[in-house]
Amino acid sequence: MKARLMYADRDFDPGAALPVNEPDLAADLELGTLLDVMAGGDKFLFGIARRGLHSGLTDPAEIIYRQRVLTDCVAQPDVVRALYDLAVGAVDADRHLFGFLFRDSPDTILARSRQVMALYVTSLRRLADLGAEHAADFASQGFTRFFAMLAGELTSDYFDEMESRLAELELKRGTLMSARLGTGAKGTGYVLRRHPPVRGWRDRLPGRNRDAYSFTIPDRDEAGARALSELTSRAVNETANSLAQSADHIKGFFQVLCAELGFYLGCLNLRGRLLAEGLPVCYPVPAALGTQRLHADGLYDASLALTLDGPVTGNDVAADGRRLIIVTGANQGGKSTFLRSAGQAQLMLQAGMFAPARELTGSACSGLFTHYKREEDAAMERGKLDEELDRMSLIADWIRPDGLLLCNESFASTNEREGSQLAREIIRALTEAGIRIVFVTHLYDLAEGIRARGDDRALFLRAQRENDGVRTYRLLPGVPLPTSYGEDLYQEAFGADREATLL
Amino acid sequence: MAAMPVVSVLSGSPVAAAERPEPPFFRDLNLDRVCAGVTAGREQYDLAPFFRTPLRDADAVQYRHEVLRDLEKQDTAGAVAGFAERMRAVRDRLAQARKLRYRYQKESWFLGAARGYCAAVRALADALGGAELASRGLIAFRDYLAGYAASPEFASLAGEAAEVASSLDGVTYCVNVRGPRVIVTRYEGEADFSADVAATFAKFARGAVKDYRAAFRTWPEMDHVQEWIADRVARLFPAEFAALDGFCARHGRFEDETIVAFDREIQFYLGYLDFIAPMKAAGLEFCYPRISAADKETDVCGAFDLALAAKLAPRFAEMVSNDFRLSGEERIIVVTGPNHGGKTTFARMAGQLHYLASLGYPVPAGSARLFLPDQVFTHFEREEDLATLRGKLADELARLRDVLAAATGGSLLVMNESFASTTLRDAAFIGERILGQMTELGLLGVYVTFIDELASATPACVSMVGTVNPEDPAERTYKIVRKPADGLAYAAAIARKYRLTYPQLKERLAS
Repeated sequence: MKARLMYADRDFDPGAALPVNEPDLAADLELGTLLDVMAGGDKFLFGIARRGLHSGLTDPAEIIYRQRVLTDCVAQPDVVRALYDLAVGAVDADRHLFGFLFRDSPDTILARSRQVMALYVTSLRRLADLGAEHAADFASQGFTRFFAMLAGELTSDYFDEMESRLAELELKRGTLMSARLGTGAKGTGYVLRRHPPVRGWRDRLPGRNRDAYSFTIPDRDEAGARALSELTSRAVNETANSLAQSADHIKGFFQVLCAELGFYLGCLNLRGRLLAEGLPVCYPVPAALGTQRLHADGLYDASLALTLDGPVTGNDVAADGRRLIIVTGANQGGKSTFLRSAGQAQLMLQAGMFAPARELTGSACSGLFTHYKREEDAAMERGKLDEELDRMSLIADWIRPDGLLLCNESFASTNEREGSQLAREIIRALTEAGIRIVFVTHLYDLAEGIRARGDDRALFLRAQRENDGVRTYRLLPGVPLPTSYGEDLYQEAFGADREATLL
Repeated sequence: MAAMPVVSVLSGSPVAAAERPEPPFFRDLNLDRVCAGVTAGREQYDLAPFFRTPLRDADAVQYRHEVLRDLEKQDTAGAVAGFAERMRAVRDRLAQARKLRYRYQKESWFLGAARGYCAAVRALADALGGAELASRGLIAFRDYLAGYAASPEFASLAGEAAEVASSLDGVTYCVNVRGPRVIVTRYEGEADFSADVAATFAKFARGAVKDYRAAFRTWPEMDHVQEWIADRVARLFPAEFAALDGFCARHGRFEDETIVAFDREIQFYLGYLDFIAPMKAAGLEFCYPRISAADKETDVCGAFDLALAAKLAPRFAEMVSNDFRLSGEERIIVVTGPNHGGKTTFARMAGQLHYLASLGYPVPAGSARLFLPDQVFTHFEREEDLATLRGKLADELARLRDVLAAATGGSLLVMNESFASTTLRDAAFIGERILGQMTELGLLGVYVTFIDELASATPACVSMVGTVNPEDPAERTYKIVRKPADGLAYAAAIARKYRLTYPQLKERLAS
């Protein structure tokens, strides 16, 4: 019994480790805003959304599998919500019973597990009913398999078997155990046994068909009663464990179902908000690892769009076959925004989600990394470069061929010549290793040096400025220019003094 | 049947090792730590008396070398280690049988002990029978063991024990508990409940989940309910339990003295081999020294302090080894050099080497030719807090006087940093006199001192010096080499490192 709504062949594990650089990605790509919208204030859903966003699927077939399930969810939001609520209810069912204590005896564990199991059986019945009612409305491979599984496994015969097993575990005919003689002739290897089916009254007369010797613990023999109860505890131990673990397994099934449906509910939440803002979303076309595809129309920064009042500029990018994109141009001209949108789209694509664009085709990457200039440690210039190199060294530890590295003003903490030299060496080594890089920089020496080398696998984009100095936040192909636009920013900040400054 | 062992692996002429106190030099040479390491985990064998009984003649040392060489062979070592483990279990079971009071429990533990003993004897006889032995000690023991294992008494003990045990192993019974009522029956194939439960819910199985099983403490004793059940099991299986009664009545004390003695004595070797095994594995060298009780020619290469090596474990690579040699008239090694440069370690090492050799052990060195001393003496500075320096020096001299009175020309004396509590001039004076006496006695000596002049006090003296690394003068190499004393070299180096030389201090004070 597996939900399999996230992967065709395995469970979604919300507890699995996030990428080592997840905190960097979250900060650099403003992922918190997206995740908050997906979670809608639910802490559990936030964790699910985050893990899901970092799925890092690389097989286009796996990506399409999720896109199709998501399409079903978009079409049948009420049924998906009902399934989710049912799963949440089942997971929470055992909260009404006392939790297991550290020193619980096997008898206590057995009794409690029987109660929990009864609740799970009820939930399973409702799940089977929901499936029977709505299966026909779903088309994706994921949901079709899921509903077929419910119908095949949760038959009425199976419900009968579960219920009779639970009844027998009340041990009304006594705790029957077998044992062998262990060290020192002490009983060992206690195994709880099922009573043979009840036979005719003749067979049950003592001495009729088997030797039996009995005794009774006297009423006032408390030590004897304790000793006897310890003996039955030993016998019940394995069975109690078996039942408690089975209950855990069923709970695990509902937990995974919760998590998997929760991810899609998160997607529905985010999609709803973006559409409400009038922004386009699309199912991106995934390309396999190593194909170096990146082609987008209207690619925008979803986080910015969710926090900004007013329209957001999307970019068109035609970077198929490029292993290096160098972005130069005006300060606050949309370079960082573009970098964020590229990173978000990459994660969403590899999570099987929709993408923040009108259209998007992109290659999967083996791992997404960001190397941004950090603002902290302003006190020590030398220390900053150390810190930058240290982080780059860590990335070099983690990143593999077909990885994607987003650099934002890397190595700006030292002088241009030194920074450019460092960056050139690193870029050259990484791209030759099959890693794609998007590098935002105002290091003219760096950008121009790469342009001058005439590598047709490099694409140069430039943040634009209209002639009146108003920035459009749009990036267009363009070679680096020797000047930046600090002057503009100055004018924006000190507008009143503009004329004076120019004179 | 209790009697003196017939054969001993420690000596060609078996004698009981007498109880004796720890010799005073153990602590100075850190031999107490070596002894603790060798005997660790072997307390039940009481090995300390052996460790405190050095040998006095070269053939006795040879006898032990032979046994050790045999034990260094994989198959012999494995056989003996397996035997020891089985015998430990036998002792534990017998002790348990004595402690218990319920009849079937006592008998069952006793039976277990007897079976363990028979298995131990047989396994050892088989293994030694097939082993290539060269030592007088182990060959004699093997012969004895073979005879014992083939005896009819042993055969009947082993045969009966196996038969009784196997019939008891076949006993499986059922207990049904319903309220206070308990019914005991034979087991007749009733189904395992936990397996059936697991099968019912198998379709939900997923990865590892929590283990809910309670951990039950087990102890050997039965409570009265268990005894009542056992009584009824005995009635359900009368033949099996009658056989148990019979076995215990027929076989009282079953162990053989010589085999019990072997079990203890062989641990004297195994303890040492286990102790040095990790060091050998890490590349530290051990060798069987050439021993003479007459010739004082000494030649040692690549020797190290065994106690220090044990303390450094597992960083054995840091161990520094040293060489030393005494030939012709040379008798006393005078060690000078930088503080913390390994002088004391060197002195201990030399003392340990001689003592370990006198126990018949391989010594921590690449190669060694050693004199077998009649006694070992040490004179290390004491920590006692005496009222005055004068009192302390007086005490030191009194102790030294006793040592020199007890020592003979065949003794070994290791002295360390003595007379530090007096002036240089006094110390030099006393040192020269002491070295004179030592030379006169003709004993072997290691004399650690900070006084360079003593290095050439008498013709018997050989000067050895702690060295420094020429690249980094502040780094200590712990290498002690044979050369004239030059105590100032290191002082200048360490001063430079801390910028405390004259020109450095002038410059720093000027700025």
